[in-house]
Amino acid sequence: MLRSDTGKLSLILLMTPFVLWIVLLILLPQLGITFVSLREKIGPRQYEFGFGNYIAFIQEPIYWNTLLRTAWMSILVTVMSLLVGFPIAFYIAKIAQRRSRAGLFLLCLIPLWVSDLVRAFGWIVLLRETGLISGALQYVGLVNGPVEMLYNDVTVVIGLVYTVVLFMIVPLVSTLDGMDNSMLEAGYNLGGSRLTVFRRIIVPYAMPGIVSGCIIVFMLTAGSYLTPILLGGKNSMWFTEQIYDQFITRYNWEAGATFGVLLLGFTSMVIWLGLKLTGQNLASTVAKD
Amino acid sequence: MFDLECENLVKRFGPFTAVDGVSLEIPSGSFFSILGPSGCGKTTLMRMIAGFENPNSGDIRLKGKSVVTTPPNKRNVKMVFQHLALFPMMNVGENIAYGLRCRGENKADITAKVASVLERISMPGVQEKQISQLSGGQKQRIAIARCMVLNPDVLLLDEPLGALDLKLREHMKIELKQLQSQFDTTFLYITHDQSEALVMSDNVAVMNGGRFEQIGAPETLYHAPKTAFVAGFVGDSNRWSGTVSSIAGDLAKVTVGNGLEMVASIGGARPQTGGEVEVFVRPEAMQLLAKGAATAMAAMNTLDGVVDSLLFNGAASRVLVRTQAGLLIEVVHRMDAGQVRVNPGDAVTVGWAHGAGLCFRVGG
Repeated sequence: MLRSDTGKLSLILLMTPFVLWIVLLILLPQLGITFVSLREKIGPRQYEFGFGNYIAFIQEPIYWNTLLRTAWMSILVTVMSLLVGFPIAFYIAKIAQRRSRAGLFLLCLIPLWVSDLVRAFGWIVLLRETGLISGALQYVGLVNGPVEMLYNDVTVVIGLVYTVVLFMIVPLVSTLDGMDNSMLEAGYNLGGSRLTVFRRIIVPYAMPGIVSGCIIVFMLTAGSYLTPILLGGKNSMWFTEQIYDQFITRYNWEAGATFGVLLLGFTSMVIWLGLKLTGQNLASTVAKD
Repeated sequence: MFDLECENLVKRFGPFTAVDGVSLEIPSGSFFSILGPSGCGKTTLMRMIAGFENPNSGDIRLKGKSVVTTPPNKRNVKMVFQHLALFPMMNVGENIAYGLRCRGENKADITAKVASVLERISMPGVQEKQISQLSGGQKQRIAIARCMVLNPDVLLLDEPLGALDLKLREHMKIELKQLQSQFDTTFLYITHDQSEALVMSDNVAVMNGGRFEQIGAPETLYHAPKTAFVAGFVGDSNRWSGTVSSIAGDLAKVTVGNGLEMVASIGGARPQTGGEVEVFVRPEAMQLLAKGAATAMAAMNTLDGVVDSLLFNGAASRVLVRTQAGLLIEVVHRMDAGQVRVNPGDAVTVGWAHGAGLCFRVGG
């Protein structure tokens, strides 16, 4: 009796911070935003309940085009992060010596010690017209005048991949680390080529890590603000920029809240679709047995 | 015709020589074991045969053809791994079909072959089961079936019974032996467990420090070991070190410990008078005699002592006897099978025939 009481007490104590965090910082603001998005302004301090803000979103192509563009570019960034991150994760988990593994992992973490803002400025220093790369190209004689490498989509994608690739590597390393080397050897021993072993053993085994990495990276990218703004400039057309605009520049909280809800809904839908297409489900990727 | 031949295989890792000039020949359809303590190089030897390590020198031939330069996925040797390495993301049927699909066989053939191999390991109809739903013994059989469906020239087994509990291990020993004769394929089994090697094999190679100490049938290794290592490693023995006081023919008189004398036959290289030797006597070669009764018997070693404790273990029950000089001797003595009842503290005499003990020169 006493035992189950202390058990209950410790459960409550351990759960409290988590519940408070979820309710106060995630659930309540989100509900508030949803509530604001359903208010229509009909006059100064006069509001009416309705879907007017959503209808306004659909009627303005620039808004939903921006949302679609953000989603597409985020998917592109996710795929590229996977392509870049997988070999790195495989090297760290399977090929590197046990001793150097921690060091390599640390090397991947170092960029996180510097703030997003500073790293974006780092890219600017490299890529702007008067930047290092432009200067070097001119010095070598490959180009005649200064080259502007900022403010285009390629730069935005590269910058985003650089920012988020770590969040792909970490889950991949932890899944690949759990894979017994003898599984790969068995794959070869039974007659598989390198490609077969990769396709039929490594990838299916790493699937939970791939899916969770992709979810994290996609969400982070779609919700990122600094990198697309700084590297893409005003032409970056990132959806978060629209949200910022509505809230801060136009002081139109209703429209901003609507965009926020739409971004969350839309990205969640993309992830749901992705899970359906790869035949995975959220429970099996997040809580692996 | 030999299914597998190794000739003078050497493998070095930096300054360390893991396998040092090993040669072996395995006749078709036989069960061959490599027995050795951990770190003796047996796993390295097996990995070279499978193709995961390249030998520094020497040759490996499968059915007479050298495979040293053949990559592992092209060699017709299949391997059952220590932890089996079944693929958890595939079901039983897909696990077995994996190798066939790598070969590019057509769907209908694969289905038929999978069903037939499952039949042969007496687990028909489990294709749809997940690996995690199987018991330890079933996983074992699936791992073997996954290899056997490909008709390998040689099946390598890397201590696959190590992870099983004792009862199941005993059972699987017999089952493996039966599977081997049923599939009629050459099995190369490596283990550190001498009972596994003795029970299942047609031939056993005892390996130590990267070399083979002796290759032979289990009975030969047990009754006529060629080196002290084999005598000590295969089966249980009472083991004493001493010096040779005289040699007569194949028998040597050895002084052990505190002046006890015993006669033992000479195994391996002949020792010199005064040289150091190790004496091995099997517990089952000894018998307990009534105190003083055996002194008159010729051609017997006798030692007087006191029963220290009884070690009951069914058919392998022993009695531990402490001699006056303080030596502890294990003697097979089955009171439940009609032999004289003894109790701790009883004075007894331990006796064994002169030829039953073996002595080996220390240092080869």
